[in-house]
Amino acid sequence: MKPAPLPRIVITGVGLTSPNGRTLPEFRQNLLNGVAGIERIEIRYMGQQLAGVCHYDPLKYQKKKEVRVGTRAGSISIYCAREALADSGVAFEAMPKDRIGIYIGCTEHGNVETENEIYNISKFNYDTKYWSHYHNPRTVANNPAGEASLNLGTTGPAYTIGAACAAGNLGLIHATQMLRLGEVDFALCGGVSESIHTFGIFAGFKSQNALATHDDPAKASRPFDLARNGIVISEGGCLYTLERLDDALARGAKIYGEIGGYHVNSDATDYVLPNPQRQSECVRAALRRGGFEPRDIHIVNTHATATPLGDIQECEAIRAVFGEGCPDTHINNTKSYIGHAMGAAGALELAGNLPSFDDLTVHPTINVDQLDPQCALPGLVLNQPRKVAKVDTILNNSFGMLGINSTLIVKRFVP
Amino acid sequence: MTKDECKKLVLDIIADIAPDEDLSNVKPDVRLRDQLQLDSMDFLDIVMELRKRHGIEVPEKDYLQLASLDSCAEYLTPKFNALPAKG
Repeated sequence: MKPAPLPRIVITGVGLTSPNGRTLPEFRQNLLNGVAGIERIEIRYMGQQLAGVCHYDPLKYQKKKEVRVGTRAGSISIYCAREALADSGVAFEAMPKDRIGIYIGCTEHGNVETENEIYNISKFNYDTKYWSHYHNPRTVANNPAGEASLNLGTTGPAYTIGAACAAGNLGLIHATQMLRLGEVDFALCGGVSESIHTFGIFAGFKSQNALATHDDPAKASRPFDLARNGIVISEGGCLYTLERLDDALARGAKIYGEIGGYHVNSDATDYVLPNPQRQSECVRAALRRGGFEPRDIHIVNTHATATPLGDIQECEAIRAVFGEGCPDTHINNTKSYIGHAMGAAGALELAGNLPSFDDLTVHPTINVDQLDPQCALPGLVLNQPRKVAKVDTILNNSFGMLGINSTLIVKRFVP
Repeated sequence: MTKDECKKLVLDIIADIAPDEDLSNVKPDVRLRDQLQLDSMDFLDIVMELRKRHGIEVPEKDYLQLASLDSCAEYLTPKFNALPAKG
């Protein structure tokens, strides 16, 4: 006997804050207009550094005390969750709160708060009696999801998924799995990052010679450009509401798209260096799960972070899958506008492309003054938006340290 | 330091740790918890801020002394006045 088909899962709401937008329409408009969101900020011990900063209003959904006691990642989670719920149009107050799951991807959590406490006690001769009693609730790995559940009053599962810079995709993938298993009936999922508030991330990338520099902040993040010289670190968040299709239809929900396929795998080769073969295996497995051929994919959003080697290796992986026979496949990159939003990257980058289902426009990769020949993929959309005949599928790549790869495919919803 | 000055310093701390609260009509003889949204973590904050800002230690056995503004003043004013002079 054939097993019953898995429930179809659809995206019904989007809440986000990115360095160049506090709502999906604002974010999308800036992606189409080539508006980057990078600025210089003061980083402890390191002076002025390039970073993507979010300018949402935390007090829109939090009390001042919640902001003071909680973390930046928690605040971003709350903002994105509330925005996504509002966008979904769901009757939230009437929902059974124990059937709502919150699954939030994070690259890291706790560095910011730990560094702050060490700095704090440094002012008191490193006497640990000045160490905050909030340190543990701030630094537990589930903090961002836990703060969201506290704010929303949801009592279903709420936890984070640590998956380096693949984490945003993992939030959506995990939510899809939990909805299909019937563990929850409604999910808030995606990824968040507060990483610009820890000097350690900046210092670490700098020590790796992987931190971008440029006189013009807006030009600093430049994947695929021959002169690219590293990552611009950003904060941000993007959470989606996911539902089983039957539930979404029953309440007449607006549907952004349907989960079309996904895959997660591991390189098992190096702490930081990517493995193009495993990346292409990940993409192929996602295509297979969704029943797609490479030529069926209309937008490929790359992970490329603008490191000299990493971009070339991802292009190698993409070329292996989409290099031939894919005339309708268009390739872009969102980090060229907003830098690398770490745990939020995958979720934000997908959101930036979702409107393409409606406007049939592919946002470009900006800041490419001279294309690196090794990154000259067929279908790469450079510097100007491209009007296309068809967008029925978006494939979103997100990869991370310790060799975690994720591919998520979202397809146009067809009843 | 007078007791009123001491109450003012305690209210300054509470204003920072409970920034959503209206502190204009705090009754000095009523328990702080009964008139403000303060939990046990907030009281630990008061203890921490007394330590950081003023060098005053409140041992755990004395936490109950911080229940109201009046009891704070009774308990803390002698501690403030026993601090070595600054400068």
